Order: sequence, then C-alpha cells, then structure tokens
Amino acid sequence: MAYTYFPGCCMHGFARHCQDSLYAVFNALGLELRELKDWNCCGATTYISVDEYQAFALGARNLAMAEKLGLDLVAPCTACYMILKKTKDYLARYGDLREKIDKALATVGLRYEGKVEILHPLEIILRDVGVKGLKAKVKKPLRGWNVAPYYGCLIARPYALSEGFSLEAFDEFVPALGANLIDFELKARCCGGSLTGTVEEVGHRLVYILLHQAKLAKAHVLVTVCPLCQLNLEAHQGKIKKRYGDDVTIPIPYFTQLIGMALDLPEKALGLQKLLVPLHWEVGQKGLAAREPAAA
Amino acid sequence: MARPTFSQKVKYEKELKRDLAAEVVATPGGEKIFSCLQCGTCGSACPVSVYMDYTPRRLIGMVREGFKEEVITSFAIWLCSSCYECTVRCPAGIRVTEVMYALKRIAIREGIYPRRFPVPVLAKEFIEMLKGTGRNNEFWLVLKVLLKSAPMKLLTSWPLALRLWQRGRMCLMVSRIPKPATTDLRRMLEAVESGPGPTAKLPLTAPAAAGERTDQSDLKKAV
Repeated sequence: MAYTYFPGCCMHGFARHCQDSLYAVFNALGLELRELKDWNCCGATTYISVDEYQAFALGARNLAMAEKLGLDLVAPCTACYMILKKTKDYLARYGDLREKIDKALATVGLRYEGKVEILHPLEIILRDVGVKGLKAKVKKPLRGWNVAPYYGCLIARPYALSEGFSLEAFDEFVPALGANLIDFELKARCCGGSLTGTVEEVGHRLVYILLHQAKLAKAHVLVTVCPLCQLNLEAHQGKIKKRYGDDVTIPIPYFTQLIGMALDLPEKALGLQKLLVPLHWEVGQKGLAAREPAAA
Repeated sequence: MARPTFSQKVKYEKELKRDLAAEVVATPGGEKIFSCLQCGTCGSACPVSVYMDYTPRRLIGMVREGFKEEVITSFAIWLCSSCYECTVRCPAGIRVTEVMYALKRIAIREGIYPRRFPVPVLAKEFIEMLKGTGRNNEFWLVLKVLLKSAPMKLLTSWPLALRLWQRGRMCLMVSRIPKPATTDLRRMLEAVESGPGPTAKLPLTAPAAAGERTDQSDLKKAV
C-alpha cells in the first residue's frame, strides 16, 4: 500500500526523530510513504488569526495537489491533520468561501474537488495492518512497560477522527505491542500548544497537569501521536520540576518510536538518540526481560 | 484637591459598536452567537479559562452587545490555544474557537494589542516567513519572535536550543519549497479575496438602530 505523505514543517525540523521512526515503521509494515512534492505549511492554528480566507487557501493548495495523486493523504502532525480536515469540511460547507478559494487556486492552475481522504498514520496502521497484523509483527514485546497513550486535542476535536475510529480503538495499539495499557484520563486534554513559548506560566501549568497525572497513573512512558505535544511534554520537564517542585521526569516517545522498538528496529533508525528524555529498554520494571531473544 | 473620577460601568446605546457582532456573525463558524444561552459550558471546558480576564461566555455576551473595546483589549483572546474543547461542547453549536480567531483578527487588523506581547508577534512573523518560503523553520521563527517580544528570554531559552541542536533536531537551513512553487504560493495568496471585514452587515433588521434583536430566527436559518 502506498500513501501520499504530508510531513508538515515540524517533521523537517525539531521532529526529525518522529519522521525517522515513521519511515522505519511504515517500511517494516510494508507501507509506502511518498512525500507530497512542493507541499506548503498548513498554516497551523496561527495563520487564521491574521487572515482567515488565506488560511483556507493554504490547506486547499495541499489538498488539490494531493488529490491529483489519487492516494490517501497521511498527516503525522495532528495540527496539520486537523487543519487539512477543517479545510475540507469548510470548503464543503460554505459556498462563498469555496468560490473564493477555487478562484485563487485557479490562478496557479490547481483544482480542488473534495475527494482526498486525510488520515493520521495511527489510523493507517490500525486500518490497513490492524491490531492482529501489528501483533504478529512484534518481535520484542514491551513486557512490563506501563504505557499511557496521550493524543492531545487536535486529533480528537473538532472532527473526532476518521470514520470508524475512536480514541478507545486507538488505545489498542499499546497492548498489541505487549505493554500494559494505562487508561490515561487526560488523553485528549490540551498540552498548551504554543503557549509554552508565548505565555510560559500558563503553558507550563498545562504540561505539568498531564505529566503529574501520568506519574499518578504509574506510567513508565507517555506516548504521543503529535510532534508538537511530543516536544512540549519533554522539553519543559526540567523547568516544571523547578517551578512546581515535583519530579515528573518521564520519556515521551512518538508512537512510531514505541512501535519500532517492539518490532526490533535499530534504535538509530527510530531516532531514539534524539529524544531529550532518554528512552531505554530498562524503562519498565521488567523491561530487561524483553531484551532476550524474540522467542521469549 | 483633585476632582473624584467616576468610571462608567453602563454603556449607552450610542457608545456600543454593533458592527463587531456583524463581523463575527459573518465569520464561518460564528453565525450562531445570537443563539448563545450564556450557560458557561465553554468556560468550564476551557483549560485556560482560569487565567482569562473574561471567560469565553462573557466575551460572546460582550460581542453581541457591542462592547468592542473591552473585548479587543482583553487578555483572554490571546490565551486561547485552539484546543476546540468549547467548540465540541457548546450546546448551541457555536464554534467558539472560530469566534476567538475572529476577535484576534480584528485586534491585529486594528493594531490593538500590547506591543511586545508574543502571541500577535508570533502570528505576524509566522505569516511573513510562510509567505517567503512556503514553510516554517522553528529556529528562525522563535528567534525572531523572542527578539521582538522578549529579548531577555533568549537568556533562558538557549539551553533548550542547545539540547535540540546536539540531537540534530534543529536546522538553521530553511526548508523551502522550490522557487517556482513559492512564487505560485504567493500569487495564490494574493488572489484570495479577503473574508468578512469591518464592512460586514448583520443579517438582522438593523439592530443598531433600535437596539432590538427580534429577528433571531433568521440567524439560525443562515447556518
């Protein structure tokens, strides 16, 4: 199976390790990613606070280019995922907006018809490989690991995932890897987004709430599906410890890094060395057992 | 002795800016603000409402009544992190996040925000960079925003930058779309006609004139 890949700016920047692991895991699962040529920034949640219609044009350009290729579009960043879905929804819902965007697209020879499907890589894995298929590929089960999955806001709202998915269904990838699933209550709570950089006091509080909850739930690992959540949750742990006097250190891998470890892919290919909070096999209390040969 | 000053708490009709509501209603997603029940679900769902000067419920109430100055100068609109919790919970189907975006746009357009406040600075720099290269590079973006909003923060942020750099997670080279496509992108953005601006009209029968809002049924149908 092949997909059109929309990396988004962060996968080419601070989230390279997420991209490394995404390619490695998709490769190992027999899924092919073809990067969308000439893609542009989706505008994130920022462009729209200056110019609304131009923000939709940014999303529409990507969708129009992806549509020509006829494959499903994979967006590994949940902000890109939400913005592209929102663009698709609004263009279908608001005629006058659609008219203006169509006109603008026509000036650069593009046409958008509204056919392309936008999916998150986790949706692709669950849909096209399946929980059973994933389980069958696991070589080094993450035995003894308490894994809390955290999804963040934008993948769950306002478009509530793609047809047939739910956050509960998402959770199933964790036991498939042989780890203990921690039912993380705050799985769809906001990580603060850019507030950690702009209004630090507020941003740090939001991150702290999540990390503290993970600690209470006795999680060894908090796994994310969004590169911005990933950065937010791991980059500020030191400052949070200082600010709140609570040691909440916990590794924050991107979900394909965790899957890749269970598939026994080389650590370097998964970008594990690029994490700010190191993730080792010893992370689970019995994690060492998993180091033994695959037969275990 | 100085004369005592009295601050006026109640606004007279002529002091209200009714066109504010018109612009929000004309925004995709903001159509239903006149169906707001003032129940406060938005504020109680909001993860940052405890830090806001006005909760989203009050902002919507004030927008409807034309308290433009208070709304546009509020801190609350810049705190919204677009998590959409309010939007999915609103029982009246108001896309509160879109209302917040609309208010940010009005504030930026009219230049009403604290000069060195990082959120609008980020928005402006983000757009400038995007128009130049078609993509964003977080290193240069953060550097520019810090220089323009809080240069002293550079002193406390460099350790994180260094850690990211050591791990190959920061690139100074800007990832950009190839030349002809950047020009295309800019051409396309220029061709986009602007959205509802200050000239938007309420789809109601002149609420400003009589201060009446009897035609709410129209609004509901407009969605």
